[in-house]
Order: sequence, then structure tokens, then C-alpha cells
Amino acid sequence: MWYRSASFILDKQQQGNDTVTNPESCPQSPASSAMAAENPNPNMSLYYQTRAAHHGVVTSDWLAQAQAAVGELPVSENYVTGGEDESKGFSVVDEFNNWRRQPELAEAVAAIRALASVIRSSQATTMMELEIELKKASDSLKSWDTTSISLTAGCDLFMRYVTRTSALEYEDFNSAKSRLLERAEKFGEISYKARRIIAMLSQDFIFDGCTILVHGFSRVVLEVLRTAAQSKKLFRVLCTEGRPDRTGLRLSNELAKLDVPVKLLIDSAVAYSMDEVDMVLVGADGVVESGGIINMMGTYQIALIAKSMNKPVYVAAESYKFARLYPLDQKDMVPALRPIDFGVPIPSKVEVETSARDYTPPQYLTLLFTDLGVLTPSVVSDELIHLYL
Amino acid sequence: MDSRRVPRTVSDPKVRQVGFFAPPDRSQSGPPAPASSSPPVSGASPSGNTLSPVMIPPPRHLSADLSRHFPQAPPLSSLGVARAVDSSVPVGSYNPSDFLSPAATADYSEDPLSPRWGRKGSSGKFATSLPASRFEMAVAKQSIFNLPPSRLSFILSVLILFILFRDVSFRGVLSLFWVWRNCETDGGSTMDMSKEQSSVSGKPLKEKTTKAERRAIQEAQRAAKAAAKGEGSKPSAAAAGVNPANANTGKPVKAVSQKKDNSSVAPSEKKKRVEKAKKRSVVKQTEARNRVELFRHLPQYEHGTQLPELESKFFQLDPVHPAVYKVGLRYLAGDISGGNARCIAMLQAFQEAIKDYSTPSEKSLIRDLTTKINGYAKANLISGIDLFISEKIILADKVIVKHAVTKIRDGDVLLTYGSSSAVELILLHAHELGKQFRVVIVDSRPKLEGQKLLRRLVGKGINCTYTHINAVSYIMHEVTKVFLGASSVLSNGTVYSRVGTACVAMVAHQFHVPVLVCCEAYKFHERVQLDSICSNELGDPDVISKVSGRKEINSLDGWANSENLQLLNLIYDATPSDYVSMIITDYGMMQSNFWKQLLRYQSVDLEN
Repeated sequence: MWYRSASFILDKQQQGNDTVTNPESCPQSPASSAMAAENPNPNMSLYYQTRAAHHGVVTSDWLAQAQAAVGELPVSENYVTGGEDESKGFSVVDEFNNWRRQPELAEAVAAIRALASVIRSSQATTMMELEIELKKASDSLKSWDTTSISLTAGCDLFMRYVTRTSALEYEDFNSAKSRLLERAEKFGEISYKARRIIAMLSQDFIFDGCTILVHGFSRVVLEVLRTAAQSKKLFRVLCTEGRPDRTGLRLSNELAKLDVPVKLLIDSAVAYSMDEVDMVLVGADGVVESGGIINMMGTYQIALIAKSMNKPVYVAAESYKFARLYPLDQKDMVPALRPIDFGVPIPSKVEVETSARDYTPPQYLTLLFTDLGVLTPSVVSDELIHLYL
Repeated sequence: MDSRRVPRTVSDPKVRQVGFFAPPDRSQSGPPAPASSSPPVSGASPSGNTLSPVMIPPPRHLSADLSRHFPQAPPLSSLGVARAVDSSVPVGSYNPSDFLSPAATADYSEDPLSPRWGRKGSSGKFATSLPASRFEMAVAKQSIFNLPPSRLSFILSVLILFILFRDVSFRGVLSLFWVWRNCETDGGSTMDMSKEQSSVSGKPLKEKTTKAERRAIQEAQRAAKAAAKGEGSKPSAAAAGVNPANANTGKPVKAVSQKKDNSSVAPSEKKKRVEKAKKRSVVKQTEARNRVELFRHLPQYEHGTQLPELESKFFQLDPVHPAVYKVGLRYLAGDISGGNARCIAMLQAFQEAIKDYSTPSEKSLIRDLTTKINGYAKANLISGIDLFISEKIILADKVIVKHAVTKIRDGDVLLTYGSSSAVELILLHAHELGKQFRVVIVDSRPKLEGQKLLRRLVGKGINCTYTHINAVSYIMHEVTKVFLGASSVLSNGTVYSRVGTACVAMVAHQFHVPVLVCCEAYKFHERVQLDSICSNELGDPDVISKVSGRKEINSLDGWANSENLQLLNLIYDATPSDYVSMIITDYGMMQSNFWKQLLRYQSVDLEN
């Protein structure tokens, strides 16, 4: 409902008479507590911008907005609020952005590598000092892009490791420092291995002659399909177009290189084709405490259709994407917006729903393939505890 | 003793009178004990002549406790007294002596110096056996201070032993407070003391009572047998020590000792009351006859007429600290409502009682140590209680509010049912933060608790809508979120709260509206309950038949005279975890059925 009750409409009329904007009258506007301070551009989610860049689909709209955003950024915003980084001219956010641009690198790994560079360039002499620096860097990273769940999760995981590991009790500060750096390096490997593990686990679920519906461009899902193709399984893939990122195009490119029969669908054709589909396979931007996932816009739709037609929905996600979030409904997350290019100019009075992602509740998901194993959504809470506590 | 125990076990367990009256069909067990005992002196044990042959009938039951210290079988006598009382007169909503003293003795006699505080099972029992009804509380509380000096010193001695040797006394006290709180569950109503129309207050869960009751019987029998063999001194002394120690060390302890004391104290009181009650027995029996079959296992509501009588006893309460008795009376009268309010009132009464407690003048080797550390022990307990209140109730509420306001967005329509202190704090805080939202308050007869909440919210400037529960499905389509309070959250995620909560949650679930339950962690409990029937509380059926201020609605007048008509006034109900989207506690936000694992990983042991 747009106006939740008649009384809201009356309120609005009354306030309209008073010529005061009524905050209640636009329930669709972003929540007042939305964007974080440091991310200067509320109209664009950096995370999705990066992903679009990865996919190689950069429209003119994107470019214009990105340039505008960069232009607006005061230099100081890039710096960690702590003193040490500024003095050295080192910016963890810059570092992170550099790492993030690499297409094969997972978001959380980029975050951890950025934090590792903080350690390397830190001039702290005690463990406490180092921890404080890291905490500052981690906070600034998180506030830089509040929409990226992997980033937050990666930072949290690393900070947890830093604050809890007994390695920090070594007397020698330098050896502790190098141990942390080792761990950061290892995390990159773990992440890459995670994709391999997930690919191996999911092979059992792809049988000869199956039809897989894929939505969004997830590197994990691509790994899964690549492994299946390399083990000479016979299957075909239906790809949704994935507007506006056109992820489907990119994915179909990749799959065509693997000689996998692929068919492109427009997003509206999912229900039409669902009865010839055997399973739905998606990645995840984040896995939340309830066992649901946050993924590219359209995932919820597809999961609903699949559930109503009794098709299994599988999610492939690394364990560092597990986040301590608990959205109650679609709007209960930090809004992540991205511009949509319709190809034709749109009158300014017309609003566009620009959210980049949606939340799929756990009851629509069948299984999650993670590097911790194949999990049901209800077990995610338990695993989260292991990870975070 | 054995002969007397038999009637009690044979007696109808379903018929437990809340009030004081001896039903005629129980005359074989009831009247003989009170009648045959000596005229009740305040605090005198009515079951003096019903003691076992081993026991020496004490002139006062206090001296019975007194004699407990000495290696004769006084503890057993108190046990016997307890059981005698049990068999003779049901007191309160359920036989307090049944589960009070025996449970206490039972648990403690097993292992007096064991880390009692850490035992989940026992604490659960204590919790259960804590007097549920207000009157029960009153009587139970009486018993604490009914202790003879010697016993109190024993209490202190054991307490001191714990303090010295375990160094977790503080933690233990806290854990005891935990357990006590779990017993003292009631809907998360407002913290304001509000006079309610119905005088029914929350009781500890009945099931526990039953379990504790049975255990108490077993333990009493076992202890009696041990005493009969003449070796009663050690275990009885231990039991005595345990019970007194329990009384002073914490709530479950208190509960236990209360029960025990209650059993010893109450008989004298009970005898008096039984006699009085018998004069009024005609009225009471009529009330008891219109029981709803499905709820026969629950203590029936009888104590509408108890209040004046209990109030008159206020100045005769030698053994009981007046503050404790006062809290009990306030519970009974409905002055205090809401889990947090009642818990805090009870703890503060205990604090007063502890403050006023002074070491007995009698001397013994053990007590010399006691007197020296007495002040320390008392201060420790008092500060422990304060810390408990501030940490587990007040601070917990702050944390809950902090978590919950993140879920409130501009343009939200929030629905709440009844009057929960936690939900009220959340709404007020969200309003202070400047969020724009509306509140729908759903209310229900007969308590109409929502009216007070409505008044307070409107006074703060929040836009509110008020409706009764019969319109909840009509209004639900407008609602974006539902915030509910809870008396308790059970082990499997079931939310135990004011009756009507389950209905609201179910309708919300049907409309795909998220339901958030706000509950402090001290209200969590290990129990599993699958429905609202096996354990509940029955309120005054008369408030259903009457509508205040509308005298013309009198079709149900004289309902008690009708054979076919039974009025049922339930106080609580159980909401299955499927209807609850999330619980918000001071440990964070979590799924309803998952709180146990989460808290386990966070090293929280509720019983510790």
C-alpha cells in the first residue's frame, strides 16, 4: 500500500495545506537513516558499480555518474580518520578500490588485502596500537561502501581474527605482525579455494541432461558450471538477461566459450520457461542470519516462481559472505541504488525503482553450497555463530 | 507420617483450591490435621501431632526449625510438618507446602555443598516450585523470616562457606536471581504500578510446581525414612542448613527455603485460615464447582475473598518480613502488574528483608564465624540484588531498545498488543529519535491494559490508533510491523505471553507482517511447552461476566449457580515460534527457536 491508511492521506493533505513536506507521504523514498556519511553519492552503489565494471558493461550513464561522483569527492574523504594514515598519505580506501577493480578478486579478499596493507605500512609498535589502527581502517572501509555485504563481512572476519587469535600473545611484535600478514595472504588463497570447493560440492547436483536456470553473474556459479563442463557433463543453461547490468550477456559469452548450450531469456520470460527448468542456480551478494540471501534484483522473483513450481533453488556462496544481518522485508536493508539506462530519455517526473538487489527469504531456498559444506538455510545461523563468535 | 502421607498422594491432584478452604471430600486428610493440632499460635506448627514418632512435637513450629540444628530429627519434623500441612490444607493457588519444602529439602539434602547454583535441574525445580500465586508469594515470603535464629545462622554459615570457597557467590546469586526471575514470569507489562480490575497476577509456571511437588513428596518420604533410621541428624542438618542457606543466598534458594519454611511456618497460619475458611466454605465450594474440565489441572481461582483476610494478618506476621508480605499482597490485589515490575518489587522486598535480618543471639561454634562475616554477607547480597536489577532488567531494556529502533523506519505502522514495558520504551525512544510512525494498540478485556499504554503514548505525541482484539484482522492490512512483549520465551522458541498475543501473531503471520518479540534475557526458560493448556493461570471468572461501568450488561449474573455454565479466564497463552519472526533481547536479535544455541555460544548459561 502506498499510503498505509486513510489517516496518512489526511495527514498529508493537512500538511500539504501547511506547505510542509510530509515525510510520511513518500514511503518509497529511502529511509531517513540511509546512506553513510562517507559515501558521497547516494544514487549509486559503489559495489554494484564495480561489478558492472567487472562485467565490462559500462554505459554512458554509469560513466557520467561515476565521473560526477569522483569529482565530488573531496580528497580528505579518502583518508582514514586516524592520524597515522593521513600523515603517510596512505589511504586504505584507495588501496581497497585498487584491489577491487581486479575482476577475478572477490570483494572480501580485496578488503582483507587492503587491511593487510594497513598492517604493512603501519608504524605501530604494540599490538594494541596496531589493533586500533586496523579497527579504524576497517570502519572507514565499511562506511565507504555500506552496501557491500562481502566487504563488511570480510572486514569483520579479519578483525575478529586479529582480536582473538592467540598469535597476538607472542612477545615479539614483529612476528605477530608477520603472522597477521600471513593470515591475510592466506585468506586470498582460502577465497580462491572456496570457489573450487563449492564447485566440487555442487557437481553431485548437476546430472546429465539437466537444465539450469542462472541469474546474475556470479564468479562462483561460473566456476561451478565450468567444472561441470570440464567433467564432460551434458547440460544446458538458461540465462536471464539481467537488466540493467546485462549480466546474462556476459555469462552467455563465457559459457559459449565452454561449449555449453546456453539460451538467453529476458527477465520476464522466467515463468514461461520455468517448467522446462530442473534447477535454479544463483550466487549471493550476502547470506543473512535467517538463511536468506541478498542478491541481484530479480532473484526473489525467480525463487518465488521456482518454489511455486517445485523447482529447487541452489545458492552458491562462500562462507565469508555470511553476514550478521536480519532483514525483515525487502526494504529493511541499506539501500543499494544503481542507475538504469532505458535507452530513451525519461521525463523527470517519473520515478524509477533503482534498487540493485533484493532479499530472498529462506523458505524459498533449497540448499546453499558453501565451502563449509552443503547447508540448508536453517543451519546458516549456526554456522554464523561459528564464524563470528 | 506414612499414614498421613498416603491421603495426600491419594487426594485429587486436580482439585487444588487457591483459597483457604477444606473441601468436604478431603475431610479425612484435611481437618484432622489442623483440627487435632494445638490451637494455632502465630507460627506454631499445626501438624504438631501429626509428626512422625521420631519427632518431638515442638510448641511452635519455629522451635521445630530451631531444633533442626541439633542432631535430633527436627529437619525431618519440619519436613513432616510440611507434609502434614500439605496433606491437610491446600494453601494458595496450589499447595505451597507440597512443592515448597519438600522440593527444597529434596534438592538440598542431596548435596548441600554442591554448586547448587549451577544446577539447572534443581534451579528449574526451584523456579517451578516458587509460589506462583500472589498469595503464595506472600506465604512463601513469610516463611523466610520465620526462621529461628539458629537456622538463620546456618543459612549464613553455608552462605559464607560458598562465598569463601567458591568465590562465585556473586555469580551464584545472580544465577539464583535468574532462576527466580524465570519463575516470576508475567507479561511484559508496564513498570507502572497500576491497579487492575482483576486481581490475578502472574504465577510461576504450574508444571514446575507439579514436578517439584512430586519431587518434594519423594524427598520428604526419603528424608523421613532416613530420620526414622535415626541417622537423620546429618542429612537433616544439611537439609536444614541448605534450606536456610537457600533462603538467604538467593531467590531459588529462597524459594526452596521458603517452601520449607513455608511448610513449617504455614501450618500454623494455615490452620487458622483453614478454620476461617471452613466457615466460608460454602461460598468457596460453589466457586470451585464451576471448573472448566480442560483446565482442572490448574489451580482454580478462588482467592477473590482472600484479600481482606490476608490484609488483616499483616500485623500478625512475626516470622515474615512485612516488606515481603506486602509485595505478596500487592500481587494478589493486582497493584503490580507486569513481569519486570513484579520482579523488581520482589527483589526490593528481599533487599529490605536482608537488611533487617540480624544474627541470632544464640551462640555456637558455627555461628561465631557467622557473626563476624554477617555484615559482609548481607552487604554482598544486597549489592548483588541491586546489580541484578540494574543489569538484567534496566540495562537489558536499554539494549533492547537500541536494537529495536533500527527496525523502525519512517512511514511504519506498528502494532502492539496489551501493554509491554519493553515495547513502550522502544516506541518512546523511536519517537525521540524523530522517526515518523503510527502505532496501533490492540487491547482486550478484561484487563484492558492497553488503555494505559495508549494514554502514555498519546501524551508523548505519538499518533495512535486504539482497537480491541476482535478487530485485529480488520486493521492488520495497514500494519507494517508487530511488536510484542513476552512473559517468557521457552526453550523451543515458544513465546509465553498475555492471552491474545498468539492471536495477534497468527493474524500478522497470515498477512505477512513481521512479528518482533521484545524480551529481556532473564525471562528465557528451559521449558518446552506446546500449547497453552498444560500450564497456565486462571483468572477471576467474574470479571468476564461483568463489564465495569456498564451495569446493564448483567445477563451472566449468577452464572455460578448454573450447572452447565463455566466461565474461563485465562491469563497467558503460548505463541508458536513459527509466528514469530525475530526475538530482540539484550543479547541481540535472533530467531525465535535459535536463542539457546546463540546464548550457549556466547557463554551464557541461564541457570548459572
